[in-house]
Amino acid sequence: MKLTVASSPHIRGNFRTNRIMLDVVLALLPALCVGVGTLGYRSLLVVGVCIACCVASEWLYSLITRSRNTIVDGSAVVTGLLLAMTLPSTVPLWLAAVGSVFAIVIVKALCGGLGQNIFNPALAARAFMLLIYPVGMVRYSSIAVDGVTSATPLHHMVMPGLPEESLWDLFLGKCPGSIGEISALMLLLGGGYLVWRKVISIRIPAAYLGTVAVLTLIFSRAGAPWEWMLYSLLSGGVMLGAIFMATDYATSPATSLGQIIYGIGCGALTVIFRYFGLFPEGVTYAILIMNAFVWLIDRYTPPRRFGTKKGGKAK
Amino acid sequence: MKRLFFGGIHPKYNKEMSTTVTTLHTIEPRTVVIPLLQHIGAPCQSLVQVGKKVRLGEKIGDGEGLCVPVHASVSGTVVAIEPRPHVSGREVMSVVIENDGKDTAVPFTPNDTPLENLDTDTVLHRIREAGIVGMGGAAFPGNVKALSAMGNVDTLIANACECEPYITADDSLLRTTPEPVLQGMQILTRVLHPKRVVLAVEDNKAEAIEKLRGLLPGYPGIELAVLPTRYPQGAEKQLIQALTGREVEPGKLPVSVNCAVFNVSTFAAIYRAVRLGQPLTQRIVTVSGEAIAEPQNFIVRIGTPFEDLIKRAGGLHDRTERVISGGPMMGFAQKDLSVPVVKATNSILCLLRDENGAAENPVCLRCGKCVVVCPMRLQPLYMYRFVKAGRVDELQRLNVLDCIECGSCAFTCPGKLPLVEKFREGKKLVREAQTK
Repeated sequence: MKLTVASSPHIRGNFRTNRIMLDVVLALLPALCVGVGTLGYRSLLVVGVCIACCVASEWLYSLITRSRNTIVDGSAVVTGLLLAMTLPSTVPLWLAAVGSVFAIVIVKALCGGLGQNIFNPALAARAFMLLIYPVGMVRYSSIAVDGVTSATPLHHMVMPGLPEESLWDLFLGKCPGSIGEISALMLLLGGGYLVWRKVISIRIPAAYLGTVAVLTLIFSRAGAPWEWMLYSLLSGGVMLGAIFMATDYATSPATSLGQIIYGIGCGALTVIFRYFGLFPEGVTYAILIMNAFVWLIDRYTPPRRFGTKKGGKAK
Repeated sequence: MKRLFFGGIHPKYNKEMSTTVTTLHTIEPRTVVIPLLQHIGAPCQSLVQVGKKVRLGEKIGDGEGLCVPVHASVSGTVVAIEPRPHVSGREVMSVVIENDGKDTAVPFTPNDTPLENLDTDTVLHRIREAGIVGMGGAAFPGNVKALSAMGNVDTLIANACECEPYITADDSLLRTTPEPVLQGMQILTRVLHPKRVVLAVEDNKAEAIEKLRGLLPGYPGIELAVLPTRYPQGAEKQLIQALTGREVEPGKLPVSVNCAVFNVSTFAAIYRAVRLGQPLTQRIVTVSGEAIAEPQNFIVRIGTPFEDLIKRAGGLHDRTERVISGGPMMGFAQKDLSVPVVKATNSILCLLRDENGAAENPVCLRCGKCVVVCPMRLQPLYMYRFVKAGRVDELQRLNVLDCIECGSCAFTCPGKLPLVEKFREGKKLVREAQTK
């Protein structure tokens, strides 16, 4: 009998990479369903193209570079799905395909692959798509009528003023917008599931949404500050960004304090970009900029060393 | 639930596996192999020669400095004194004795002095002469630990957490013969004068707890602390934190926060040494795991080869992958089953292939789970990265030497990184740099 001599521990938990990815997909499904229901079946086509192109480019990359095939970990599926969630249902399919390849090859694989990339692949791809073909990214299909485009509630808020949709419509997802962002309820449900499954901690979403809430309440641009705050939270990509984008493992801090600082930074930048930026939305750029600070944040927010007081010095 | 120490995990415990057999069987090895080094410190010199007849309990090795003696665990003839495989993976000079099966013992001298008249020197001398070491795994000489604790300790802790999965040796001791443990605690209380004396046990040992609750009225001053089960509660620093809220400073010993921690088996051994005059020649060992036919606890003579115990427990499964000395989280995998049980061996664990085992290409997702579960509040993901990069400066900044190698991070890691293995390398790098 050949006995294995290896380092402890000799048993391991059943927490696996592909299980995490499956949980993220499951958590996104309710919001996706509302997106398809509200914006029409073309949304599904966009999702299909994004996922297929992400998985295909992941496979081709591993084939060309003769590196290990990483499709089984499921991360390419998640990247594709997340990217699709940020796109309008009217996006040209070629643009979705280009974005997907960019996300996997340029943002992820060339930065070292899973866990090594500095920027969120889906958001970096979205930013790239806005750069090369902005027209394809800003036409939003209005409710249940394919082909007709309209402004999203967030567009109204740049006026500034409150949109015509009720808060309840925004909460449920009866409004125009990107495929995955319109139903705050379903996104919160998905987020709750991820927290329950311990896939993500509540720190980043809570800090992010909390910061947006506080800032929009203090610097309200409408007569009713509380209403303005709620509209700010429920419109655009804040929920999707705070729950699913800012919590991406590779591109967010690993320390508890770091996660809170990062969430606050994302929230503050989102509000600043929304108030003073050229585009109505600021989530994408807010998170991408904070991505760049992740390693720095982790470095300066180590947990207090066991047996020492704050500051790392012994008692 | 209130978290009494930082981090920690909830592995599958599998303790019931070895507790269905309630009788503790003994085992009669044909030969025993007694290593001359079974403690942290200097090795013993052999006091016997090949061909000499020895009696049970006879001192066969002793030395100077940080050293406690070793004794014959059977009566019989010394057949060899030579280097033999040891659970540590190295070869250690050992005395091999052929058992004559007669158990002819040296005369033991009991001591019935009432507690209040028991003097410190006698107690410490008897602890040393009995060859007592920390039996929870650390194997630190018992008399030295007790001596260093004198006058500096306000809390005396008996550790029965046994937080590692599968192991039920301390549990069995408490279920079958708890009195020696409590009397051992009384003896050290007499010597150390602590304000608080605690027996700490995890709440997954219902039967032992019930038994202890029934006995404690007869032992005033001993407090029973039932802690919510979580690994690594039984690690010394974590247990002190859970019971007193105190954190042992990096690189310091428990005595620096006025605590002394001994395993319950050690207390039982102290009782036998001081009251009965018996040296440490046997202990309870759990033989368990999915790969053994009849998992159970045995009363084992020190020096009994692993293979004898495995055979006695019905033998190994054909697809056995690992045999471990100690627990699944921190134990040492063995390649040679002729290695003997030593004073600190609490378990022989036989495991099949782990379905969740190491990946071929481990990848860090940066999920941060390792940071959350680390009881020492380290950042395993960065430590791993910098060990791979060979960056000693960064490893020092990340306090890699604080790592207690409990394996919580590696257990939790979804990318299945070989974290503990790398941290051992990292510690070595830092220590080498420090001695330069």
